[in-house]
Amino acid sequence: MASEMLPDEEYEVQDLLLNVGPQHPSTHGVFRMVMTVDGELVKDVVPYIGYLHRGAEKLCETMDYRQGIGFMDRTEYLAGHNAELSYVMAVEKLAGLEVPERAQWIRMILCELNRLSSHFMFMGAFGIDVGVFGTPFIYAWREREAIIDLFEEISGDRMMYAYFRPGGLAWDVPTNFVQRVKEVLVSSKTGIKDFDGLLTDNEIFRARTQGIGYISAEDAIDYGMSGPSLRGSGVPMDVRKDEPYLYYDQIKFEVPVGKNGDVFDRYICRLEEMRQSVSIIEQCLEHLQPGPIMPERMPRMLRTPPGEVYVRTEAPRGEYGVYLVSKGGNRPYRLKVRSACLSNLQPLKQMSVGQYVADAIIVLGSIDIVLSEVDR
Amino acid sequence: MKGLAKSMWTTLAVFARKPVTRDYPTYHKPLPERDRAFPLLLWDKQIDEPFCTGCHACERACPVECMTVLMKDNPNHRSVGGNSGRRKIIDKFWIDYARCMRCNICVEVCNFDAIAMNNTWQGHELSVYDRKDLVMDLGALTSLSHGGGITEWVPVVGQANEA
Ligand code: SF4
Ligand code: SF4
Repeated sequence: MASEMLPDEEYEVQDLLLNVGPQHPSTHGVFRMVMTVDGELVKDVVPYIGYLHRGAEKLCETMDYRQGIGFMDRTEYLAGHNAELSYVMAVEKLAGLEVPERAQWIRMILCELNRLSSHFMFMGAFGIDVGVFGTPFIYAWREREAIIDLFEEISGDRMMYAYFRPGGLAWDVPTNFVQRVKEVLVSSKTGIKDFDGLLTDNEIFRARTQGIGYISAEDAIDYGMSGPSLRGSGVPMDVRKDEPYLYYDQIKFEVPVGKNGDVFDRYICRLEEMRQSVSIIEQCLEHLQPGPIMPERMPRMLRTPPGEVYVRTEAPRGEYGVYLVSKGGNRPYRLKVRSACLSNLQPLKQMSVGQYVADAIIVLGSIDIVLSEVDR
Repeated sequence: MKGLAKSMWTTLAVFARKPVTRDYPTYHKPLPERDRAFPLLLWDKQIDEPFCTGCHACERACPVECMTVLMKDNPNHRSVGGNSGRRKIIDKFWIDYARCMRCNICVEVCNFDAIAMNNTWQGHELSVYDRKDLVMDLGALTSLSHGGGITEWVPVVGQANEA
């Protein structure tokens, strides 16, 4: 019996279920995927989300407009300024508040700096996802630390800033702000150059990323992707250009797009975007004038007329939208956050099926996922 | 191979730069004045009592409801022979540091500049073994200011809620 070889078709062939996460370093947070693998090839991916759900949207409905700001930071912990921005802009639009010019420029500078710090974080984590590129991770930390130190000097906190207010800013920036931003930009430029040198032309890096995780422009649009993940597929969609908010219409910058829609192009888009951010901040600094940072008359308790607004901004990971319904009074009736990450996560299956297991991790890394934004 | 060589060259070039690592437990970087750790109460040194009158404004404005405030008649008020102008004063005060999200709202709403964000390292190094040890009472909240660890309230310019 045992000595006789059975013909092939009588073996029962089973696919293997491979569980990744929820607590796994390569899932960038608490995210679980169950992959069906055939040997090393991925045949199916089922993502499970919701481990980080805190009900921030619902919580905000029980809070007045100022109290909600802190929760917005926590929906997007790598780019708190950008998340706050969408929220306060929605409240301002509803309440009809005029924001002073200085506050707008400072907001722009901080949001772009936050984009830089978030993309540095991506570069570092992505290097690890791709393989043994642990070096960029430490380099990323170095540059991000400089930016975060600056944020700490301005807002008092390193991640949960709670610095923007409906109408302007909580308080003015320190007197040495311009000089400090310039210092940080110098170190950021060095950092960008380092990453370019370390990764872009590296043959191993290219072999791991080129042609992996392809998604066509049509599919990317259909899934509702946005941000650098969409631009990597060659769609020049950027809220800052298409629907300028703050003063982005007075600033010259380019929207980098990729061609092939693979992991490498998404990386290159981000790298180029960082260069653009540096140039945006430099232009903003020239426009910065002394002045008030809050409107002349602000009510003690902000109330809005009934109505509904949708405000979207370009966060580091894509379109961060806030849909706000008010029935009058000092708190939202309904708040919905349109998170870029949730939509960017949708094509995960399409991008990873047919790839190797190790490449599925790279695909997940290439959409720069922040789980607090997915689950909110 | 050229790309690999470039990578190696980048690493080498970085190797020659000054290190940026901060050796944390032995070295504490100076904190900016605005640094926000956790809220604490300030001590009025002239009259030797807390500034806080127990008005509940911060308690009501706190988004996560981590404060508990109890007020009493001031035994040191002028009408009863004391030297304080505060008719009411704080009796008991608890802040649950484990719940506080450091949003600065309590500082903004206080009309007496009685509460401030701790901008010293004591506010950051708070590890305990039990969560309930993070509920701070009046004594713990005023001790730093009473002992001179925090001298004054850091004024913020252009506050959001000026009427
Ligand atoms: S800290 Fe200020 S707002 Fe809070 S109870 Fe005391 S006086 Fe009132
Ligand atoms: S900082 Fe915010 S969360 Fe903390 S006690 Fe003050 S109001 Fe409450």
